[in-house]
Amino acid sequence: MGAERVAIVGIGQTHHTATRGDVSIAGLVREAAQRALDDAAMTWSDIDAVVIGKAPDFFEGLMMPELYLADALGAVGKPMFRVHTAGSVGGSTAIVASDLVASGVHKRVLTVAFEKQSESEAMWALSTPFPFSPPMHAGAGGYFAPHIRAYMARSGAPDHIGIMVALKDRLNALKNPYAHLHEPDITFDSVKDSFMLWDPIRYSETCPSSDGACALVMVDESLGDDAAAAGRNPAWLHGTALRSEPTLAAGRDQVSPWAGRECAADVFAQAGITDPRKQVDVVEMYVPFSWFEPMWLENLGFCGQGEGWKLVDTGVTEMTGDLPVNCSGGVLSSNPIGASGMLRFAEAALQVRGQAGEHQIDGARTALGHAYGGGSQFFAMWVVGSAKP
Amino acid sequence: MTEVTLPARFDGLEMVRGLRLPARLEFTYTAGQATTRFLTHLAEKRIVGQRCPSCRKVYVPPRGACPTCGVPTTDEVVLANTGTVTSFCIVNVAFYGGSMELPYVSALILPDGADIPLMHLIQEIPAADVHMGMRVEAVWVDEDADGRVPPSLESIRHFRPNGEPDADPATYADHV
Amino acid sequence: MRDIAIVSFAQFNSPIERQRNEVEMIMPVVGEVRDRISITKDKIDFVCSGSSDYLAGVPFSFVTTLDAVGPWPPISESHVDMDGAFAVYEAWVKLQMGKIDTALIYAYGKSSPGDIRRTVTRQLDPYYLGPLWPDMHSIAALQARQLLESGQITEADMAEVAARSRAAAAANPHAVVSGTESAEELLAAPRTYDPLRAHDCPPVTDGVAAVVLAAGDVARELCDRPAWIRGIEHRIDPHALGVRDLTRSPSAAAAAKAAGVADGTVDVAELHAAWSHEELLLRRELGLGDDVDVNPSGGALCANTMMATGLIRMGEVAERIWAGNADRGVAHAASGPCLQQNLVCVLEGE
Repeated sequence: MGAERVAIVGIGQTHHTATRGDVSIAGLVREAAQRALDDAAMTWSDIDAVVIGKAPDFFEGLMMPELYLADALGAVGKPMFRVHTAGSVGGSTAIVASDLVASGVHKRVLTVAFEKQSESEAMWALSTPFPFSPPMHAGAGGYFAPHIRAYMARSGAPDHIGIMVALKDRLNALKNPYAHLHEPDITFDSVKDSFMLWDPIRYSETCPSSDGACALVMVDESLGDDAAAAGRNPAWLHGTALRSEPTLAAGRDQVSPWAGRECAADVFAQAGITDPRKQVDVVEMYVPFSWFEPMWLENLGFCGQGEGWKLVDTGVTEMTGDLPVNCSGGVLSSNPIGASGMLRFAEAALQVRGQAGEHQIDGARTALGHAYGGGSQFFAMWVVGSAKP
Repeated sequence: MTEVTLPARFDGLEMVRGLRLPARLEFTYTAGQATTRFLTHLAEKRIVGQRCPSCRKVYVPPRGACPTCGVPTTDEVVLANTGTVTSFCIVNVAFYGGSMELPYVSALILPDGADIPLMHLIQEIPAADVHMGMRVEAVWVDEDADGRVPPSLESIRHFRPNGEPDADPATYADHV
Repeated sequence: MRDIAIVSFAQFNSPIERQRNEVEMIMPVVGEVRDRISITKDKIDFVCSGSSDYLAGVPFSFVTTLDAVGPWPPISESHVDMDGAFAVYEAWVKLQMGKIDTALIYAYGKSSPGDIRRTVTRQLDPYYLGPLWPDMHSIAALQARQLLESGQITEADMAEVAARSRAAAAANPHAVVSGTESAEELLAAPRTYDPLRAHDCPPVTDGVAAVVLAAGDVARELCDRPAWIRGIEHRIDPHALGVRDLTRSPSAAAAAKAAGVADGTVDVAELHAAWSHEELLLRRELGLGDDVDVNPSGGALCANTMMATGLIRMGEVAERIWAGNADRGVAHAASGPCLQQNLVCVLEGE
């Protein structure tokens, strides 16, 4: 028995920003969902099931938000589900939603991921010490900084690589009207001279804190064909994978986690990709601190160990390069934590649909969406294409 | 945004744009058996890990389960107060609840005899001089009249260089 | 649709667990659920868990508890901040795709660390309801009051449910509450959250539960009499209490209908009825006659491991099917104020 093909026919997101003081949480998610429905030429009543995802409930102080949001997302009388896998949640939510279609259980699924960080104490929720453990690191950056330093030592990468990635992503963001950070005056030196937060991570190499939501409408093959016939080319799903590993295990490689490598191998195998570097046209990966770009390039198998920084250094990951990464500006330019994973998946879909506007890569036919979470231990990935698998 | 038409009597009223709603929940946490033993040992200035009977790795702080084998770790292993810095970062930003003077060095330190580094502070050395492979020792807070310290990792005030030459990279290569 | 069955189940409940943390509680239960069918962790294709940070009082709490299943080599794994019954649903959907054959689902919650009555208020609309901090028993009491005033149930009916459940719980080693009082004796107790009495409300419980799902022939290899999932559906009602007719739970009825409860005889039903009046309401919405053996485990009134209560209902029905004491049963899970969201699962032995 094979799985049903899945078509992504609607994509929507909000204009990510520090504070959306004009909408409630319900308003925020509805905005993204409405845009996705409009994009799909569908209405609320066309949807069979709703799947939402977001980061820990302690962020907004709202427990199990699917309960409060049932009305806003047109889910009354329908199945409503909520996924939570830490930072990778936006990605795993999209995967759970796609499973509902791939399994034949539903035909039309709406999925939304969000975070209203202005209504939350996100920094508190990220730094709050685990009971009986003293607070040693200053939030997420402090946790990852030592591992980034380890990568730099391992690979011999020069110091400027992180700066190049930050500059690239922020300049790309200027071409994405939805991105949070629009810094037209950013330069290599302005990134380099920015405050060193957790050495070796600088302020300008760090993601912002954003309010934002992302939504997708996924349908089965026959409805995907209908959309194509109506001139609304879907993004077709070629593969999905999830992998997790323990937080603190002897032998864990937090620079290039095993779970990340396994997840990538699985999703590429499903999509029939044997040479990712050549066969993937564009990548949207979860890079909250700029050094993660070379690290993930290696972890995902786009190059050998220790080679990731060279792809950055030689401009391969620029929009003009042959493996553009994060044309949307990525997490470095917009980070509503719960939505960020889905944004990566959505941007990959936008690329293969030819809908990425100014940050479109011409001729993009195969794209990878990547999300990670926790202590680099949860991975969610998908491959989408402009043609059916 | 949906335009809403309000009755005329609402004219001139200030719209409520947001609510600040303090919330407070109190929790009594249970350390669990593994953590209780670890903290009890710390009170006597001993760093004690637990060994997994299956893969033989020593975990510190122990949490009662080997995360790779999923079995209870019950064998206690007393570790030295010395270790090797496997990585670190220099923190320049204060964070919620933190009280350390800036800048400070937060490091991953592999205690001798353990198979996993723990995170702690490095002091008594300029931040710029901290490096991977550095050999360090724990500095404890002052004992009370009974020779004990509080049962917390904060009873190790910080780690400081212990004067030994840098560790052979092979001894910690797995952790970088 | 592929045939998926529950092939193993294990649980642990206690009134207050002060010795062990969540990881230490989960490990033996996960070990037991695997050992019962002699399956090793590498033979599990997918893991999904259910829990809530708000019970633990820690953001990202599920991250550390994952250690309990030993995810090394890395595993395909997911998580919901919902009752484990919904984690079963996620796994069931994945199994339908045909690429995997087994799944482990675990769910846990310690209600004792915080004041669960207040904690659960954080589920409510954060602008209008949450700031009032209406504790969970008071919210349930609103529904009980509506049911009584409408004449659909009486306080004596509620006491009967409690008395029967407490008596049944005596035979359940996993219950944390049991009793031998008659309904009349219970009716004499003072009201705690009018019109509810203490015995009408769920006990504070700390616990863990786990099940293993398997597909087709793999299920038959692992279990002599698999408890096949013939239908599993969930629906949700509007959130605001004033928008709903609280004497009804349309989502429970809709889920039951979609799951095919009425397609055959129901021998046993385990309902996630944490307050006694909920059982009466659910019987009606699920169309369960007086001949159905409801909550032979004692139900949530006698052990309410939040985030696992619904999963335990599934396990309890499955156990009775394995033992040959039931051929067809219904397991129900609920979430949200006044049965806002409901999941119904129909299980059948071959």
